[in-house]
Amino acid sequence: MKFGVVTFPGSNCDYDAYHAITEVLGEEAIYLWHKDHDLQSSDVIILPGGFSYGDYLRAGAIARFSPIMQEVIAHAKAGGPVLAICNGFQIACEAGLLPGALMRNSHLQFVSDAVRMRVENTDTMFTNLYERGEVLRIPVAHGDGRFVASEETLDQLEGDGRVVFRYADATGKITPQANPNGSERNIAGIVNDAGNVLGLMPHPERACSPLLGSSDGVRLLESILTKVAA
Amino acid sequence: MSQVAPRPGDPVITPALVAEHGLTPDEFQRLQGMLGRDPTFTELGIISALWSEHCSYKHSRPVLKSLPTEAPHVLQGPGENAGVISIGDGLAVAFKIESHNHPSAVEPYQGAATGVGGILRDVFTMGARPIAMLNSLRFGSLDDSRVRYLFAGVVKGIGDYGNCVGIPTVAGEIVFDAAYEKNPLVNAMCVGLMHEEDLIRAKAEGVGNPIMAVGARTGRDGIHGASFASEDLSEASDAKRPRIQVGDPFTEKLLLEASLELIKSGHIVAIQDMGAAGLTSSSAEMAERGDVGVTIDVSKVPTREKGMTPYEILLSESQERMLVVARKGHEDAVSEILTKWDLTAAVIGEVISEPVYRVTEGSRIVAEFPGSRLVTDCPVYSPGARESAAIIELRAADPSSIPELAEERDHCWTLERLLASPTIASKTWAYRQYDSTVRTNTVVGPGGDAAVLRVRGTNKAISLKTDCNGRYVYLDPRVGGRIAVAEAARNVACTGARPMAITNCLNFGNPTRPEVFFQFREAVAGMGEACRALGTPVTGGNVSFYNESPTSAVYPTPVIGMVGLIDDLAHVTRSAFQHDGDTILLLGEMAGELGGSEYLATIHGEVVGAPPRCDPAREKAVIDALLESIQSGAVSSAHDCSDGGLAVALSECCILNIDCLSGAEVDLSSFNGFTDRAILFGETQGRIVISSAAPERVMEIAKRHGVDCTQIGRVRRHSDILEVTLPKSSLRAPLARLKSAYHDTIPSIMSRTPEHATFDELSQVAAH
Repeated sequence: MKFGVVTFPGSNCDYDAYHAITEVLGEEAIYLWHKDHDLQSSDVIILPGGFSYGDYLRAGAIARFSPIMQEVIAHAKAGGPVLAICNGFQIACEAGLLPGALMRNSHLQFVSDAVRMRVENTDTMFTNLYERGEVLRIPVAHGDGRFVASEETLDQLEGDGRVVFRYADATGKITPQANPNGSERNIAGIVNDAGNVLGLMPHPERACSPLLGSSDGVRLLESILTKVAA
Repeated sequence: MSQVAPRPGDPVITPALVAEHGLTPDEFQRLQGMLGRDPTFTELGIISALWSEHCSYKHSRPVLKSLPTEAPHVLQGPGENAGVISIGDGLAVAFKIESHNHPSAVEPYQGAATGVGGILRDVFTMGARPIAMLNSLRFGSLDDSRVRYLFAGVVKGIGDYGNCVGIPTVAGEIVFDAAYEKNPLVNAMCVGLMHEEDLIRAKAEGVGNPIMAVGARTGRDGIHGASFASEDLSEASDAKRPRIQVGDPFTEKLLLEASLELIKSGHIVAIQDMGAAGLTSSSAEMAERGDVGVTIDVSKVPTREKGMTPYEILLSESQERMLVVARKGHEDAVSEILTKWDLTAAVIGEVISEPVYRVTEGSRIVAEFPGSRLVTDCPVYSPGARESAAIIELRAADPSSIPELAEERDHCWTLERLLASPTIASKTWAYRQYDSTVRTNTVVGPGGDAAVLRVRGTNKAISLKTDCNGRYVYLDPRVGGRIAVAEAARNVACTGARPMAITNCLNFGNPTRPEVFFQFREAVAGMGEACRALGTPVTGGNVSFYNESPTSAVYPTPVIGMVGLIDDLAHVTRSAFQHDGDTILLLGEMAGELGGSEYLATIHGEVVGAPPRCDPAREKAVIDALLESIQSGAVSSAHDCSDGGLAVALSECCILNIDCLSGAEVDLSSFNGFTDRAILFGETQGRIVISSAAPERVMEIAKRHGVDCTQIGRVRRHSDILEVTLPKSSLRAPLARLKSAYHDTIPSIMSRTPEHATFDELSQVAAH
């Protein structure tokens, strides 16, 4: 399977995503340049973390107008899998691929930590190898990670089972202390209506080796593999 | 050939103008002698920057020559943008530390941010991809609201810049002491990784090769930053805010990628950051290294605004700019790479055979210096040195004569206060604001003895640490200099790494004061002794003098940035206790030395006594014994014993891992030749707390290396108490109390004003 990792000016987790795919998953990955219009027949698109366009104006607000995003949006609309991590999540929201927005962390500081998140829905192409209610340890590193949406949208997301990950404590309890950025309802990750676009603030590509503290992110990538291959 | 002539509109050169440019009358005469005429205003500006302390090292050069700089693994020693060492497998590590103290004292956010940016560029211009940042910071007491503003601003500046560029900030140290009240120290270190064959030097070569300015455009910011860094801070310093540069990490990220691509492409022969003294120093230094002449036409430099004078263009310290010597005929290829990254490139000059440094503005010559004398002919001083009588007296004082406080009968009371001392307490408040895991190499992040990063494609890892105890250097600069190196070496060794080489950032006061120059000379001598014994040459660094406020100089603070190498990932070792039932050992001796300790400073408010002795040969033996023990698989954890002594080291082993506290049962009653407080809080050097499942093997190895090693207790993973039996008393410390003292102190202080202190809010407080 071929993963296309988009490099925007200012992307800085493209390299990590690329290596997680090639070294950990053992699959093919290519970098996609933001000025291009060709996804080079990638099966899965990864919008990586970083500070595309310096996060100037608003995180993700400029990147969504990149030439490559037209193709990414078309790919998503056609049901192609898109994994949007951190800045990628912000871009996906700006591009309208996902509802809601990512605002400044509630404590107004950048937060870098290995947080815990609970798997809320295992019936998605990104989570089918996890157990429901399982608590994962995944690093976060962001200044604008507070997920917000209207009450109506939030209710709808919940009702449709589209809240995929929620910040939790070690025992799986959803507490304000476990929420690193003040996200509404402790939401860490959501999928779109069709279930083929996942946006999340934590970095699964950084949780792919016990040597680095956690390999809980591996099954997220493997889930895509089983689902798309099937 | 036309002559250099004053440019219409240039101010007349008067003694007052010369003084304003920081040149002494003697130095001005020297300049006249070099030129054989009076300088133009532009030339005066150039010399003012190049002969500033920051660029010229005029007070430090002779002393620095005494440092060891060579070893088989050193690929590049001092004199380049960064030092480079080989780590085998065809790979090399480039690293350097640099100060940004003065800008940070006036504008903490931009000062710190541009410090990070500058050191990043020094590393990637060697052809290395930056993989880690470290910071060594010194502030006054956190009880002061302006200090909290400086601390919050510096931390945010470091974080915002490094996070955006995508380089993990993995380690460092932060010390709080009234000595740094008005003059904080902000030293940033960058470490990069490269293939040996990609090493490139900033040496202008090839007559006819074009010189290009690439990256950001040149603006009017930061003019005379180098000179500003070379004078004492004063009430007027705030007015020099315009001399502080403004950073743009997004452009830096693009410049990083473009520069590495340029170096790989083979289209260029040299590249250097336009850092301190901007275009002037980068072009003059590249010419000097290559022993060639250069000519630069300032009218071709892309500028941000119209009407900039040659003086301004030459001395601007606008950030994120590079000077490149391209191969003739490859100019378009260079521009193409820059354009890909949305950056500009412009040919602004040429390498010439004539031995001259020439600046033109169109056809008019505005500055011309003979040969490379611009760099080589700068004045060198060997100021007088004399130790301060007051410090001699402080050192002679006997710390054991200081009576114990009544509260100290409860050792737990004392220990809690030490753990809550901001210098010792957890700095997670700061580290949480730094992305420490991007690039997915960070095996051990901030908070341990040293950071550990894996080296992809190998089974190796590198270990990184910055260190310096300024209080020791203040009390005894020779010994303090040794300790700074030895402790950094011990720190990387605790992670399982062999110490390889250092970079240093020498922060001192005004060198023209004999007391300060004495400290400088002695501290460098001590560093040299330790470096020779430990086999860790100095590969470069930076000297920062004039760290003085109207009231006093900072503690002499020669910060060491150490790089160590772990040959096998299986040897990576952590600080905190790991396994229940492991035996706890003290590697190294018990000597009960309280002089210069954190205990005396925090509990008694005293900075007195001789700092602990430091015998570099013994330090080497301790490190060798530790590494052999680790490599034999006998070590579960290893933690350096430093600030706060054995009691603090043991506590940290119990509580560093906040998710998994571990108790311990320790018996120190056999050390009955010392007082209980000296056993607990003395800071004798060359000591490591080890936990081991094979203590006999560690003992045997230590014995073979001639190092003391004592079994002192057991790890009690499920106990919630640290229990220590002493010759005359005992310590029973509930972990919850230790944890709270250690982990809650700084967040609680930083939330004092206002309720949730952010840098922006603290700025408001500071402004009122």
